[in-house]
Amino acid sequence: MLVLGIETSCDETAAAVVEDGRRVRSDVVASQILAHAPYGGVVPEVASRQHVATIVPVIRRALTDAAIGFGDLDAVAVTCGPGLVGALLVGVETAKALAFALGKPLVGVNHLAGHLAAASLEDPTLPTPPPFPHLALLVSGGHTAIIRVDEPGKTRLLGATRDDAAGEAFDKVAKLLGLGYPGGVAIDKLAATGNPRAVALPRALAGRDDLDFSFSGLKTAVATWLAKDRAAGSARLPEGAALADLCASFQTAVVDVLVRKSRRALAREGLGALVVCGGVAANRGLRAALAEAARADGFALFIPPPKRCTDKASMIAAAGSELFVRGKYAGLDLAVDPGLEL
Amino acid sequence: MAGPLTIAAPTAGAMQALGERLGRLLAAGDVLALLGPLGAGKTTFVQGVARGTGVPPGRHVASPTFALVNEHPGRVPLVHADLYRIADPRELEELGLRDAFDRAAVAIEWLDRFPDAAPPERLEIEIAITPDGGRHLVLRPIGARATALCAVFEKGP
Repeated sequence: MLVLGIETSCDETAAAVVEDGRRVRSDVVASQILAHAPYGGVVPEVASRQHVATIVPVIRRALTDAAIGFGDLDAVAVTCGPGLVGALLVGVETAKALAFALGKPLVGVNHLAGHLAAASLEDPTLPTPPPFPHLALLVSGGHTAIIRVDEPGKTRLLGATRDDAAGEAFDKVAKLLGLGYPGGVAIDKLAATGNPRAVALPRALAGRDDLDFSFSGLKTAVATWLAKDRAAGSARLPEGAALADLCASFQTAVVDVLVRKSRRALAREGLGALVVCGGVAANRGLRAALAEAARADGFALFIPPPKRCTDKASMIAAAGSELFVRGKYAGLDLAVDPGLEL
Repeated sequence: MAGPLTIAAPTAGAMQALGERLGRLLAAGDVLALLGPLGAGKTTFVQGVARGTGVPPGRHVASPTFALVNEHPGRVPLVHADLYRIADPRELEELGLRDAFDRAAVAIEWLDRFPDAAPPERLEIEIAITPDGGRHLVLRPIGARATALCAVFEKGP
């Protein structure tokens, strides 16, 4: 079974071929192709005209990399929301045209369900797919949520962020610290050498019984700390060990809350497996803390390798495969839904 | 009303209370431009505005930085946009703001990044972080409707 996945919900135009819902045969994003174009590198942008220009070459490349032809495909899966309406439309209309021309089923995939399926893709670090039911922690630039997953396509949202997503907090704090935007990865690197107890930062909602998150106050605490530092006569942003300490303190505050709420949800729901997905799942501090919690509490932990934590079409093809085998096809009237929820 | 209106908001709660009071006055077509550095409390203020426009209490009014635009139902629809991640002014067309100006109250964060995109009538709300960690808001009405809105707001609850 070969499923083509198409993803254009946000900044990246991407296409992938996945075999039997598990094996990634190809996984292409536009920036890889166009980086070598004569007019220089391409900065990913949200504009749909960028998707229009790149979608066909990206799909062709996905088939070439997988060493298959269009006729070998069993289904076409595409992200239909959430995301920007113009960007989503490019992927969905392309997928419809392909499915119609090939006479193959079309499958509409929720981008968030795609992230949840990333841990099902085969990888040396993930010898078996996660069992159902399981708990999922989705942590990205746009989302922070705890989800109960009973089976593919059957989910229940247990908690979510009330303000900033975890990844957004990382990127914005990086900006405050002069590390550029988005700079979550830079924080992760610096945090590895810093003292996580150097700066006292708040852990919002950690003591509360619910499974919601709030990271806006943490970002603000860093902004306030920097403002006071400046008021006290410091002319520059922290550097060297002081910067590493601040990064470590910030990262630990985020990770602490994510781990604490995940443990609470696992216990409350009586689940023994945790899937972690989304861009922040690549954070080394989070991965280490969750691995330690899994050892201590005895739950099974499934985190995709960092390259599969960001937006890719392979995860859309994986989620699409799960829907395809269950006969959950979309019609050629499939509509995009910018505000689609799980 | 003569000049801009300056208000202190020592806590996030105070900020939301101010937002809620302003939100109760908003109608379709009103535009708020939220200005101020990262962590100033722009989204916090809009969370208060959302209470005032009648967004259901259980609904999270989260940061729109990643999604670029969120819409919340209520007495009047509230469109909450964020231009922080926008790199090219041509991308603004895709946010659907022009349509939102006709049918919703609109709160836009980081509108100062694209001054040309600002609608001619708007209420600018600039939030500054004070050295003691508090906040202080300056309201600058631009146009007749925003001036009237500001005058009613100034009279208090």
